[in-house]
Amino acid sequence: MTKAEEEFQAKIDRDIKIEPKDWMPDAYRKTLVRQISQHAHSEIVGMLPEGNWITRAPSLRRKVALLAKVQDEAGHGLYLYSAVETLGTDREQTIDDMHSGKAKYSSIFNYPTLSWADMGAVGWLVDGAAIVNQVALQRTSYGPYSRAMVKICKEESFHQRQGYELLIHMCNGTKEQKEMAQDALNRFWWPSLMMFGPSDTDSPNTAQSMAWRVKRYTNDDLRQQFVDITVPQAEFLGLTIPDPDLKMNEETGHYEFGEINWEEFFNVVNGNGPCNRERIAARSNAKKNGSWVIDAANAYAEKQRMKKKVA
Amino acid sequence: MANENWPLWEVFIRSRQGLNHKHVGSLRAADQEMAIENARDVYTRRSEGVSIWVVLSANVHASNPSDKGPMFDPAEDKVYRHPTFYDIPDEIGHM
Repeated sequence: MTKAEEEFQAKIDRDIKIEPKDWMPDAYRKTLVRQISQHAHSEIVGMLPEGNWITRAPSLRRKVALLAKVQDEAGHGLYLYSAVETLGTDREQTIDDMHSGKAKYSSIFNYPTLSWADMGAVGWLVDGAAIVNQVALQRTSYGPYSRAMVKICKEESFHQRQGYELLIHMCNGTKEQKEMAQDALNRFWWPSLMMFGPSDTDSPNTAQSMAWRVKRYTNDDLRQQFVDITVPQAEFLGLTIPDPDLKMNEETGHYEFGEINWEEFFNVVNGNGPCNRERIAARSNAKKNGSWVIDAANAYAEKQRMKKKVA
Repeated sequence: MANENWPLWEVFIRSRQGLNHKHVGSLRAADQEMAIENARDVYTRRSEGVSIWVVLSANVHASNPSDKGPMFDPAEDKVYRHPTFYDIPDEIGHM
């Protein structure tokens, strides 16, 4: 290790945050760009499966909740794109990297939202899993990322609560409504567990990310945390988690669960999930079709500047 | 397609009357008007502010992190700038 690297690691070990202008190893910068941009893309693509249901929300209460949630996600994407930019990247290039497939986003958003109950399952499970991950990331070593996480966690709690509340209502409703809720859980349970990423034994970046304190817990630790929190919540709803191997281990106090279908996980990550092409097309069309707004705003700003000069 | 970034702005929010404006983050916008409007939507969705400042990031000049020692260390050994450095008898009470 060079002297600069040693000093850097010593700062990390003392839990001193790294700020944009501080010296950092190239690999640390690269890891952050990959992770934070992936996180930003997930927020933005995450608006699509829920935006899909806004016009069909069954009541005004549900509609304002969903609108506010999707608007938050846009905001969270913006906080995170700003955090990536502090690492010296170009924002539009970062976005284009997602459209070209070079950068990834959370694989969960490549699953379709087929019924209204899915809005409950997404809030409860998808946001629930994201919250477990993000609460841990509040203590990540890079200052701008950590501050974005603090803000996001503060705002996101309602995202999960509105989803769970929606499911309580459906589970106390008609037989058909409860079946819809069960069906949503059946489809979203395993993809939610996959949100924490590959198993520790198959996650080549984990050790370094932990040493740099970019990550504070391993994928498997966070996944276990999520299962332990979520199983009792499913029981309260009277729903069955679609895993015959799920059982409480009285000795450890943790739930044991069945093997995740990693083939499916890697297949979706690599672009072959049910909605990958649709999501990317929606995002790159949004950029293409909206580019005239960028140009118009630039022209307007320029005109205002000229007017001021003349005056 | 043009891939031109709007300028970057730093956003400062006064959370309550009587408090100072505090840096909350940054955003991109074509001009100052749009920067303030966007800052309202991005940073004050839950009544976090009563006033917004936006400053072009290019106009922010910062101290260099590698100068941290010479810049800030000299204040560390000047304990006589703090009230507890001075002995006042107990019977005098609070001073």
